[in-house]
Amino acid sequence: MTRKLPRKDVVIVGLGWTGSILAHELTDAGLDVVAIERGPWRDTATDFNVAYAPDELRYAVRKDLFLQPAQEAMTMRNNVSQTALPMRDYGSFLPGTGVGGAGTHWNGHTWRFFPSDFVLKTHLTERYGTDRLSELQLQDWGVTYDELESAFDRFEYLCGISGKAGNLNGTIQQGGNPFEGPRKREYPLPPMQMTYAPTLFAEAARSKGLHPFPTPSANLSGAYVNPLGIAMGQCTACGFCERFGCANYSKSSAHTTVLPVLMRKSNFEARTECEVLKINLAADGKTATGVTYIDVNGETFEQPADLVLLNAYGLFNVRLMLLSGIGKPYDPSSGEGVVGRNYCYQTNASAQVFFEGKSMNPFIAAGALGQTVDDYNGDAFDHGALNFVGGAGINCIPTNGRPIQYRPVPPGTPRWGAAWKKAAKQYYNNTLIFSSQGSSYATRGNYLDLDPTYKDRFGRPLLRVTFDFPDNDIRMSNWVSDRMKEIADALGGKQVVVGKQQKGWNSVPYQSTHNTGGAIMGTDPKTSAVNRHLQAWDVPNVFVIGASAFPQNAGKNPTGPVGALAYWAADSIRNHYLKNPGKLVEA
Amino acid sequence: MPPTASVTRRRFLSSTGLFVLIASIPGARAAEHSGILPWKPFAALPPEPLPGGRWYVLTPDEARTVEAIVDRLIPADELSIGGKEAGCASFIDRQLAGSYGTSDRLYTQGPFAAGLPTQGYQGADTPVARYKAGLAALNKHTQAQFAGKNFFDLAAAEQDQVLRDFEAGKVDYKSAAGFFNLVLQNTMEGFFSDPIYGGNKDMAGWKFIGFPGARYDYRDYITAHNKPFPLPPLSIAGRPEWKTGDKTSGN
Repeated sequence: MTRKLPRKDVVIVGLGWTGSILAHELTDAGLDVVAIERGPWRDTATDFNVAYAPDELRYAVRKDLFLQPAQEAMTMRNNVSQTALPMRDYGSFLPGTGVGGAGTHWNGHTWRFFPSDFVLKTHLTERYGTDRLSELQLQDWGVTYDELESAFDRFEYLCGISGKAGNLNGTIQQGGNPFEGPRKREYPLPPMQMTYAPTLFAEAARSKGLHPFPTPSANLSGAYVNPLGIAMGQCTACGFCERFGCANYSKSSAHTTVLPVLMRKSNFEARTECEVLKINLAADGKTATGVTYIDVNGETFEQPADLVLLNAYGLFNVRLMLLSGIGKPYDPSSGEGVVGRNYCYQTNASAQVFFEGKSMNPFIAAGALGQTVDDYNGDAFDHGALNFVGGAGINCIPTNGRPIQYRPVPPGTPRWGAAWKKAAKQYYNNTLIFSSQGSSYATRGNYLDLDPTYKDRFGRPLLRVTFDFPDNDIRMSNWVSDRMKEIADALGGKQVVVGKQQKGWNSVPYQSTHNTGGAIMGTDPKTSAVNRHLQAWDVPNVFVIGASAFPQNAGKNPTGPVGALAYWAADSIRNHYLKNPGKLVEA
Repeated sequence: MPPTASVTRRRFLSSTGLFVLIASIPGARAAEHSGILPWKPFAALPPEPLPGGRWYVLTPDEARTVEAIVDRLIPADELSIGGKEAGCASFIDRQLAGSYGTSDRLYTQGPFAAGLPTQGYQGADTPVARYKAGLAALNKHTQAQFAGKNFFDLAAAEQDQVLRDFEAGKVDYKSAAGFFNLVLQNTMEGFFSDPIYGGNKDMAGWKFIGFPGARYDYRDYITAHNKPFPLPPLSIAGRPEWKTGDKTSGN
């Protein structure tokens, strides 16, 4: 039996980064907001307790803070000719759960995408013609970098991002990223102090004529009080960042930047360990009436609301739309439909340089403490003579030296026994690793839908991921690997090993929790699930906020644009929707 | 390292009993939160390692076999003690006794199909079942190959050869390579995880590789480029040298 609860102005599904920002903005606008979060309540002192936070086995290997597959799994296959099977354990990517979401255990790389990324199809067509894009399904975002600039700025100042501007109002700045779009002001905090490996990497990159700069970091370089009045402390470079909550209040997350203010508001309520089963629609199918959820005791509730915001992890936004019948499901055989369309990922490769006699001290590290080279990212370089579009950031960001998972040895070393011991000891402190993080561009065949066979614990179909690296992206990544080899050779090590990405995405080894698309934004309801305000085309009182909105992914971490889209959507709701509820864009 | 914060923290823990005090306040979460930032002192969820000194899941013979395996995967030499002395077998047994051993957190619904390598492990067996079956297959193999001897009765070189054959899948047991990889992964976990879980005795694994453990503040060393890190490792539970009232161990 379902209990019907009193109406709220707004119901938010998922209390992570975007849910917290939207809740804060809309409660400020005077609305009565409830957030429904399927994971537990979490805060720093309790759940990322300094006394036992640095526990690699518990958090990094057994993945204590992550969504457990028993709660919700997904199926995967590389293409439609295969039968999808469940990822019985998450490997290639690790979705979050609980208050704070995946923003709890991220590394903290906080980027703005390039201006050209937001008008990608138009930009690349003008520069290289249509033939170059024929195997891809690229789209413009429907919103431009200039329109998002203030939203990026607000997210960066909310977080206290540590970095160096490369472009202030069109003037290139020494020491920053010369390829970035113009920003109105500097980062809120200066860059972090550099550890040894990124310092060596930057010297080598400069010797090759490249432009390394400090990676913009949500690990704070100093004490900071954000615009909400919430204080954070300096990062201690403990090396327990990604996969861990921060015990030092020095990694930006909803816990350290929004929740201390949001939770004290009387017009906000968070319900944790409550899983939304579906968004309820009125008989016409064009209006959401609220959501139905099940609590930890197995009791189901109906929460009516005037406005429904999907702020779950992007993949789960898509699944909830499919389960609720919002938007037409995408069909790769016809190319029609919108929900599940343009699922993208990230195209990565890594380089290892083995030295002798060094003290790299890999354990002195933070999730975003390092150097980046953007010379080969996006369309920062001319692709005229090349056979691909897109690019990759090259990052030397050694995040940790945790020894269950970090034990680099040269290829050919036995995996065990006396010879392994000798090499493991020798190279633990003598290896420099850097990597390429490449763009992932949409194709017709990469998509998300509901699995026909496998069900979750409530009997609902699991999400099915059909994905392989597009040929364009493989060519791009391999070309960037050759550029990495040039930098690696300049580092003067004893041995250089550069990896090359291959076809056949493997769901087992960890690669990246940067899953994008599936509910993409755009200007045409035939090719996008939400309009430029992240409003569902078919159900105007539903907004879908997250990386699910990216039409394709860039060679950068997605959290910065996700935070900007959260502010962009909040502004659209506050300044436009609330004044005149209904479609913000007429199709 | 500035001795103040982290030493004080660990002194506090070691003097109050980390695993008793904090563990005694479960269920601090509520389902609905409004108007406050929910927080209660000591409402934390510390790790709950099982005490050693007994076998939980493995039989004595199985435990003896695992001890023999981990001592070949990580043999004792001039660089460190071996996997057996480090407690890797006891670590594995205790892990099997928890949610890891029974796959409680994983997706275990059928139907089960063979799958492709890109789709990961698709078996229905839990780690406990895989250990039981794999250890039985290992001894069946050695009994057939070495005149009725069990794995733990073989000479080290013979054990190494058997392990190499399992690793390469060159034995009459279709799950041989998968079983080998599972044991290798768990052995490394035991050797390099915090000693509170039963392996990495006296932080031998961390001393071997040069990992300082659960330190949590390296600010004084970030720009000390290419200099050996001077401090010894420490565990979540502190260091063996630390005793209440000990004024000499500032690390």
